[in-house]
Amino acid sequence: MIETLFFDALRSAIGPTAASYALLAVGLNLHFGYTGLLNFGQVGYMLVGAYGLSITVAVFGGPLWLGLIVGMLAAVVLSIILGAPTLRLRADYLAITTIAASEILRFLVRNTGSDDLTGSVFGLRQFAGEFYDWSPFAPGEYLGPLGFNANRMWVTLVGWGLVAALSAMVWTLMRSPWGRVLRSIREDEDAARSLGKNVFLYKMQSLIIGGVIGAIGGMVFVLALQNVTPDMFLPQVTFFAFAIMILGGTSTVLGPTAGAVLFWFLLTGLQSGIRGVVDAGVIPGITGGQVVGAVSLIAVGLLLMLLMVFRPQGILGDREELRLDVS
Amino acid sequence: MGLRDPDNPAREVRVFENSTSAVVFALGEPQVQTSDTPRRLLQSSVNGLKFGLIIAMTAIGLSLIFGTTGLVNFAHGDLVTVGAFLAYFLNVTLGLPLLIAAPLAIAAGGALAGGLDRQVWRPLRAQRTGLIAMLVVSIGLSFVLRHVVLLFFGGSRQSYTDFGLQTALEFGLVRVQPVELWVMGLSVAALVAVGLMLNRTKLGTSMRAVADNRDLAESSGIDVQRVILAVWVLGGGLTAAGGIFLGLIESVDYLMGFRLLLLMFAGVILGGLGSAYGAMVGGVIVGFVSEFSTVWFSSQIKYVWALLVLIVILLVRPQGILGRRERFG
Repeated sequence: MIETLFFDALRSAIGPTAASYALLAVGLNLHFGYTGLLNFGQVGYMLVGAYGLSITVAVFGGPLWLGLIVGMLAAVVLSIILGAPTLRLRADYLAITTIAASEILRFLVRNTGSDDLTGSVFGLRQFAGEFYDWSPFAPGEYLGPLGFNANRMWVTLVGWGLVAALSAMVWTLMRSPWGRVLRSIREDEDAARSLGKNVFLYKMQSLIIGGVIGAIGGMVFVLALQNVTPDMFLPQVTFFAFAIMILGGTSTVLGPTAGAVLFWFLLTGLQSGIRGVVDAGVIPGITGGQVVGAVSLIAVGLLLMLLMVFRPQGILGDREELRLDVS
Repeated sequence: MGLRDPDNPAREVRVFENSTSAVVFALGEPQVQTSDTPRRLLQSSVNGLKFGLIIAMTAIGLSLIFGTTGLVNFAHGDLVTVGAFLAYFLNVTLGLPLLIAAPLAIAAGGALAGGLDRQVWRPLRAQRTGLIAMLVVSIGLSFVLRHVVLLFFGGSRQSYTDFGLQTALEFGLVRVQPVELWVMGLSVAALVAVGLMLNRTKLGTSMRAVADNRDLAESSGIDVQRVILAVWVLGGGLTAAGGIFLGLIESVDYLMGFRLLLLMFAGVILGGLGSAYGAMVGGVIVGFVSEFSTVWFSSQIKYVWALLVLIVILLVRPQGILGRRERFG
């Protein structure tokens, strides 16, 4: 039982879902950790990335590379639409607007009126073929007890490769003069403005880059699942990414990666454990997957609260870097 | 008994290989699909008013809590859910009549909100926790509240045992159930009572003073922590009442409050963040907008219009209708 639990947890911690969430958190970290933008709609970027890719390929029959570009461009457009009204306002307005926008997008793709384009509640399939054609892995079982098949190996490799590449990009950006301006905006927007920096433009650039990274996370997510449905993009996804970022360490380059691995290890381990307990019938009268879902979300909620109160710097962060506040 | 929508007896369904799909054919009294716009406009304005009043009631607490403490409380929607389910527990599980269960649930909702202030938010304020940190804590709290409800009551939509099936009354072109009239009447009464309380009583004046300028209020001898506690209790009670009303006119489920939260935010920002009167006006407008949209557009996207109002108001008048410019640098 302990062994199953451990391997379940490990399979999830190094799998493509963890990699997609790491990408969401990398983008979020650029927004929140380095620029102080409170983006509560990261799942909206994930959605436009995923649907940009799948609509281009599955509905219009375009090639995969075009789908990737469309997904990323959609994130740029979304940033401009969201940022224009809110980046001049306080952080909490951006939070409310972004979460509202992510729900607007979900309602719109879910709506039967968009059936021809998005497949409404049924979503889309058959957009990942070309991606798996590029796979260098021969069919078979990999990684011993974890039992990854060839496709899963390929998408895992690509996902974590992207996490590494984009984390390196963020690291480079943050050491550049541009990155120092972002941090100064986070610390004191008025000071940055008084030095002649166009704060709005820097915030917009940060929103766009982090959003595109989130969109890439969405593409990896749906390529791994080989289908996309609107209800994959509930607002709670954003808050999972927040929990991951805070757990790993806000404003650190490796935080999102460490956070994603640890978060999915703990969450899947917990779910596997609860499932074991429920299936064994130890607690009478409780059955079903609903309990697993409910308890794991309660656990995520408690994790967010406790981390924020007792260890806001997470496992890798520096408490001094985290004097964020709305001004 | 026939199809509820006799003009539409066929469904087109797309099913993937190896998967199943449910198809719904609603049965019941045939509802005539009227194309006459005036009738639908009237009916949707009644629906909008009903829904808007509920949003307004729940949004007052959200706005006053923001005004007095600066906290954008993402767990506020889940207080709606908890209130509705407290009444559900008393009404369905324990078998009390709803007319007794509802006041008890409203009191319990107020007590819960007050308890949260004392046990969670006041200690965080005392530690001078940043507002963004508190906001993230409120998200964690919302996850906990919502899924505790899911754990105990399950994920399906449920109803109270009383006032379930009523014959609608006809008022000229519109049809309203008696329970809906009661919900609207009681909501208006609650809003008027809160308005009078804020304007005429010492506690109400202190609430507005703290929301307006906390330091000034404190230095003029107002016990700020006590006022904040009162705001939480008042907001929690109103929110629970809104949850019960929403459960009465629709149904109760563990996501009802979260769905309402974004509409509350829209109402609160539309009216002016921090102002109780703004929350009332904004909430009613948001209810109207989302119901009116169903006259011309699919009801599946009715919340989209309300949320678009939120984005538009931020673009043209970020301080809201009743807000003042200076709050929003």
